[in-house]
Amino acid sequence: MNKSKSKMEISDVILESGIKVKPVYTPQDIADVDYENDIHDPGEFPFTRGIHRFMYRARPFTMRQYSGFATATETNKRFKYLIEQGQTGLNVAFDLPTQMGLDSDDPLAEGEVGRVGMSVDTLADMEEAFRDIPIDRISTSLTINSTASILIAMYIVVAQKQGVPLDQIRGTAQNDILKEYIGRGTWIFPVEPSIKLIGDTIEYCTKNAPRYYPVSVCGYHIRESGANPVQEIAYGFSIAKAYIDHVLKRGLSVDDFVPRFSFNFDIHGNFFEQIAKFRAARRLWAKIIRNDYNAQNPKSMTMKMIAGGGGGGLTIEQPENNIVRGAYYALVSALSGTQTMALCSYDEAYTIPSKKAALISLRTMQILIEEMGLSDTVDPLAGSYYIESLTNQLEAEIVKCMKEVDDRGGIIKAVSEGYIQSEVSKQAYLHEKKIQSGEIVKVGVNKYRIEEEERNIEFHEYDPAQAEEQVKRLNRVKAERDVRVVKQNLDILKEKAGTDENLMPYIMDCVRCYASVGEITKVLKEVFGEFKEPLKF
Amino acid sequence: MPQRPIKVLIAKPGLDGHDRGAKVVAHALRNAGMEVIYTGLHQTVEQIVQTAVDEDVDVIGLSILSGAHIPITEKLMGRLGEEEAEDITVIVGGNIPKRDFERLEGLGVFGIFQTGSRFEEIADFIKKTREGGHE
Repeated sequence: MNKSKSKMEISDVILESGIKVKPVYTPQDIADVDYENDIHDPGEFPFTRGIHRFMYRARPFTMRQYSGFATATETNKRFKYLIEQGQTGLNVAFDLPTQMGLDSDDPLAEGEVGRVGMSVDTLADMEEAFRDIPIDRISTSLTINSTASILIAMYIVVAQKQGVPLDQIRGTAQNDILKEYIGRGTWIFPVEPSIKLIGDTIEYCTKNAPRYYPVSVCGYHIRESGANPVQEIAYGFSIAKAYIDHVLKRGLSVDDFVPRFSFNFDIHGNFFEQIAKFRAARRLWAKIIRNDYNAQNPKSMTMKMIAGGGGGGLTIEQPENNIVRGAYYALVSALSGTQTMALCSYDEAYTIPSKKAALISLRTMQILIEEMGLSDTVDPLAGSYYIESLTNQLEAEIVKCMKEVDDRGGIIKAVSEGYIQSEVSKQAYLHEKKIQSGEIVKVGVNKYRIEEEERNIEFHEYDPAQAEEQVKRLNRVKAERDVRVVKQNLDILKEKAGTDENLMPYIMDCVRCYASVGEITKVLKEVFGEFKEPLKF
Repeated sequence: MPQRPIKVLIAKPGLDGHDRGAKVVAHALRNAGMEVIYTGLHQTVEQIVQTAVDEDVDVIGLSILSGAHIPITEKLMGRLGEEEAEDITVIVGGNIPKRDFERLEGLGVFGIFQTGSRFEEIADFIKKTREGGHE
């Protein structure tokens, strides 16, 4: 830019990733870009433009709102409602006790049963949740981590009971424990046995349920905890590599299981930065898997993802503005070539979504894809001087950040020692300071604020009676099951947990005889112990 | 004689793992000259009160985003009473709707800070409360 021509003051724009944005981009900014090597057609290595040739023209993104609350009965109703309204996949929210391996009658679960998701104690709850929902036709994502092996086992057994052959089961489990230590916090066991359990699920599914995605690595929650977009991808990829390295030691090859890896990333913040982030991530993942792991199958190299319109961008203030934010996040998501989309609803700065709020999120996605032409052509921003230049810069920054993790001894060490946690929390602090100083604008929060604003919104109300209902149900199941068989299977699991054997078949045996999430977790805890949190901030 | 800095325990009660706010506030209070201890996640009310008493803190800052702020706070205040540690100032932060303010204040909570509260506001409140003779 020729500054002498203009006396206009142009202030600096620096993205969260630290990249400085020029006021104008020209062909010179992408002079080094080689179309075939760096961008290429959709469906071709390095998949910058998308992992499929025709993307949404052939198949629109899956719409998968995160939902679940109270009991399985209530959740089943909400699932059916969303499916009736045109939702194409399910995304199960579990309550905190289920995520932490506690039964609903555990004193530590008090006040939390069914509060932020569906309560699951035993297989009976999962059977109820999926009653009259065809598991072979609706793909389901389970947002579950430290107890993922148990919930995956339950899901598989429910499918079997519905008569769905194992090799027809579709869906995804979040099953990413390393990110739980960084953000979100539903960890139970120490790092090593937790990774071993993830390895067990990957190995089991690879061999038995090959259409299932056993892990969805989440940059999402790392970003929600404060990471910038570069750290989000870099830490996510470092985590994915740790799982791959673990499974490789079991004698599987990259092309056996990496095609069934998926990712969960976040959308909030600068519009173009997010789009470029996903394009950069897709290209980098393809290179890592091909070059570092010598994969042969292109399906191993394609980064499949769910993009979530992030709660971190939503505000308590003037909550209806969040509907608009959600629409922009959805637009980013569609322009980024995501496979699946989920949006935080406008009331989620307060609580889990009301029925109305969930419907608005679903309609937002439907309007985008069915009214606005977002499915017409693949990656319409390709070739933009700015987008391609930003994609290049972000990729370089992500590579640099991954190198920092490696220099720290790898992600497992960096998480165990709390290094990543403190990097993320440092970013969160700096970000918050910038909001408080007005350097980062949040409409309705630090600009255009309305003091004493009226909020006439109907929120989802927590119903304690549902928790009592859940405890009654657990007691009923416990009374009806064969205690001897339960004990026998739990004993076997305990014995096997101390060995290198894959625990999935033993966990499935426990689940099948209605052993509870709490009972199974307790057995594993006795063998594995518990994670000691590094208290860094 | 130099006064000892105000000692604050930032606590994450219950199962909620959203600790971004807790850590950010811990950071800010440390920068404001206070001595800050962070409990880490998944603490029971008993553990929090025990730590507060052992560490002889002036302030407990509870960070709750799950919506369970009323039952948790109620239990904590009761437990502080049993430990005869009512001189500890309790503040609550997180996803707290305005309609619950009165209820929490009735339980003995001194200050409530919703998500997005300014750092200086929290730090000034604590300083004023502790230095203003609330003992």
